[in-house]
Amino acid sequence: MTIRKDRVALPPVNAQKTNMACHFCIVGCGYHVYKWPENTEGGRAPNQNALGLDFRKQLPPLAVVMTPPMQNVITDNQGNKHNIMIIPDKQCVVNQGLSSTRGGKLATYMYSPDGVTKERLKYPRLYIGDLWLDTTWDDALALYAGVTKKILDKAGPSDIVFDTFDHGGAGGGFENTWGTGKLMFTALQTPMVRIHNRPAYNSECHATRDMGIGELNNSYEDAELADVILSIGNNPYETQTNYFLVHWLPNLRGSTVDKKKQWFKGETAEPAKIIFVDPRRTPSIAVAEQAAGKENVLHLDIQPGTDIALFNGLFTYVVDNGWTDKDFIASHTTGFDEALATNRMSLEETSQITGVPVAKLKQAAEWAYKPKTSGHRPRAMHAYEKGIIWGNDNYLIQSALVDLVLATHNVGRRGTGVVRMGGHQEGYTRPPYPGDHKIYVDQEVIHGKGKMYTFWGANPFQTTTNAEQHREVILRRSQIVKDAMAQAKGATTAELVDVVYDAVSTKGGLFVVSINLYPTMLAEAAHLMLPGAHPGEINLTSMNGERRIRLSEKFMDPPGTAKADCLIAADIANTLKRMYEAEGNSKMAARFGGFDWKTEMDAFNDGFRMAGRPGAGPIDSQGGDTGYLVTYERLRAMGNNGVQLPVKEYKDGKLIGTEMIYTDNKFSTDDGKAHFKPAKWPGLANTVAAQKAKYRFWINNGRTNEVWQTVYHDQYNDFVTSRYPMAYIEMNPEDAHGLGIASGDIVEVHNDFGSTYAMAYLEKDIKSSQSFMVFGEINGIQDDVTTDWVDRNIIPYYKGTWADIRRIGSMEAYKRTVSFKSRRFESA
Amino acid sequence: MNGSLSRRDFLKLSGGAAAGATVAVTGIGTAVAATPADVGRATLPYKHQVIAKAASLQINHPTPFLFPDTSSPCVIIKMGAPVAGGVGPDLDIVAYSTLCTHMGCPVSYDANARTFKCPCHFSMFDPEKTGQMICGQATENLPRIVLDYNGKNGTVVAVGVEGLIYGRQSNML
Repeated sequence: MTIRKDRVALPPVNAQKTNMACHFCIVGCGYHVYKWPENTEGGRAPNQNALGLDFRKQLPPLAVVMTPPMQNVITDNQGNKHNIMIIPDKQCVVNQGLSSTRGGKLATYMYSPDGVTKERLKYPRLYIGDLWLDTTWDDALALYAGVTKKILDKAGPSDIVFDTFDHGGAGGGFENTWGTGKLMFTALQTPMVRIHNRPAYNSECHATRDMGIGELNNSYEDAELADVILSIGNNPYETQTNYFLVHWLPNLRGSTVDKKKQWFKGETAEPAKIIFVDPRRTPSIAVAEQAAGKENVLHLDIQPGTDIALFNGLFTYVVDNGWTDKDFIASHTTGFDEALATNRMSLEETSQITGVPVAKLKQAAEWAYKPKTSGHRPRAMHAYEKGIIWGNDNYLIQSALVDLVLATHNVGRRGTGVVRMGGHQEGYTRPPYPGDHKIYVDQEVIHGKGKMYTFWGANPFQTTTNAEQHREVILRRSQIVKDAMAQAKGATTAELVDVVYDAVSTKGGLFVVSINLYPTMLAEAAHLMLPGAHPGEINLTSMNGERRIRLSEKFMDPPGTAKADCLIAADIANTLKRMYEAEGNSKMAARFGGFDWKTEMDAFNDGFRMAGRPGAGPIDSQGGDTGYLVTYERLRAMGNNGVQLPVKEYKDGKLIGTEMIYTDNKFSTDDGKAHFKPAKWPGLANTVAAQKAKYRFWINNGRTNEVWQTVYHDQYNDFVTSRYPMAYIEMNPEDAHGLGIASGDIVEVHNDFGSTYAMAYLEKDIKSSQSFMVFGEINGIQDDVTTDWVDRNIIPYYKGTWADIRRIGSMEAYKRTVSFKSRRFESA
Repeated sequence: MNGSLSRRDFLKLSGGAAAGATVAVTGIGTAVAATPADVGRATLPYKHQVIAKAASLQINHPTPFLFPDTSSPCVIIKMGAPVAGGVGPDLDIVAYSTLCTHMGCPVSYDANARTFKCPCHFSMFDPEKTGQMICGQATENLPRIVLDYNGKNGTVVAVGVEGLIYGRQSNML
């Protein structure tokens, strides 16, 4: 069937309209979902369609975003078909009517039996013999709970391993982090848990938290008020698009100068300057130059992994120039002298290590920290992301950065903030982690530990560090169980549980379960797959990078019998509870109690709203102790603007939130003071240095604008796959020519840890002996060549590996259909 | 209106080479008979329109025209080497709507980069790869004007549009 793409159906005026925060990046743009019967359409006159626009004539630019990918036809459980249209909300303060290339495809990515999403998991599936077969929830739960119980009873909880999401947005949310968390930490009490993007249960932001500063401490509005924005290891045009376009660019263009003058009376107010810290010239830098003019953009193109030296040099320089806030340091911090003594580094040495000329370092320090003409300290917002989170010692980089921020008092003042930009939306509410130390789960599993591994909304096969070895071991251990299950013809579920347990306890096998929207690459290893649901099919709350919580409302059925992760967790717990009750073990049955939830809202009320309430156990929640004020009904009334957590009060029918944290200079430490932390420049980690010594190319890596994470939706969408049929690797043209490599060639990237293929993409902005490869792809797995090195908190240095690149051959089809023109927007 | 671009900025930025309806159209705009609405056809019944003489097109230089009606600015370009979807004696003539599929800002043609660029949210499109978005915030490639080449008289005829033109419920108003 040819799909007509030169017209769309308009929502009629009576179309159902609900709210949705985008599933994808942390910005969480507001969207409206329109839904109406398939056989009806709104008219072109403004009073005939729900958008109120006059389609009888050409609309002017910027009137609307409404493209064919924003429309779909869905089918409910009764077989009724409806049109849906999902378009950005002009009233949402986050995106103000703008869509990104990811959120603009939300409608496309809702389930449709013959659409892009047709490969969604619809029913539980069991791997029997050599086939995936549909099965019932009862059967799947009996097997899952049966194996779990046997391991729990005979071996203990540490053999029950999880890799699970801890975020918001699709595949997350406060309901689902609570449901999974309560199952893992309260009921099963296993410490063998890692998070979807890292090999342990830990934070991406240990250091800043230890120093008393939570990582999401300002508002998107602060980017409109800053004098200077430092974008550190961060590529916001591609990864937090509408935060960048709607809130950063107006400040760079000068259109918020009047607002700054109003807010900060008597202070010098000018268009913002921006400083990028990144070894690579990113598309964001090119765009920022368009908006601000090159003279207002400074690119500190440091040598890979030298961030600590950079921040220590700047810290030293601002102290020596007297640009610190001495009163703030004296009254509200501890440890300044010790940090300065440890971190002290001259600009000359900093320049030597980072490769950035001294003059450029001085310019950066003057822009960001030298008092303004009016005598006030500049308001410098420090925004960072994976370039330092997955950097050369996460803990030390953040320590060095926050030392600089504290010394110059760039936190708790409007127009400042030291903030994680974020990947997904947030949505954390869980009981405390039950372990007393951090476990490098990948290595445990590689070394034969664990008997059962549940991958819950997670895909480490495409994303974990040292991915190739991790994948190889799991596939090998999984095969042992597959072989045993294949022999058990006609076995009852109880007998199958015994077969599985024998394979995992005596033969080194690993029972693997994947709970996800799609089969994903985990289907190669799994024995059981359970179908999850995403926002729109369920009600779900999440918060964005300025702690803004919204309710995404259910407007359609999930495919088949798929259901919310929190309800899957409840099903598992309730099945185990019944099993323990049946054998009269009331003590264990009690551990699996408290999951009598019928809806996602029940899980929300049990977790997020119970944090800090009398009688509730300890709950770590991003809603804090005032989460109980937030209800679905109240959130629905707050629409796509929601409320910024923590909520202060509910007044006059509105939830009142918190725009900025630490305005009172009371920090999140026992003594309420922010703590400087010494951060001595350590050089490159040994494991990484060994690869660098041996191999030519730095394999920088990260996300690209048009692709979301592991391509779990995008891999089925021709718009994306025709652009990027394979993970691309940007190479310096001269390097490439020297190796006989042209754009569109397939190349092998290889080092001591693994090997993968990629599509060469020559880019003049890539420095010699450097490269940039898209991470997370299914066709070309960059993490096959990352090392197994981690910092003290088991945070990998994903960004730091070196490898060789060799030409495999020319892919004529790619060359014919894929554009290899520069992704950097330069002036004509 | 989103917050990233003021009206003044927009007007300033929209003065590019392919700014659309304000640009004079080449003189050839002869309408030919409309194709009847075929039973089972997958696209709208566009009225065919002669838009250029192949021999008069300069390489890598966009020439504006309007199609399928006077409020839809487009350009035709001879790329200088055969490209996907290219017509004419050298299979190198292509044409596109110049309204960015994201929010309808007029894209301008950067002859050095051989790329269409949108000043509003920085989307870029490749005329040599059927309008593929190189990088940007659109969810659709640039609508491609489907062309026929008449070898007898050397004219290039617009016969259809692949993709929805911005700001329309249907490509035919």
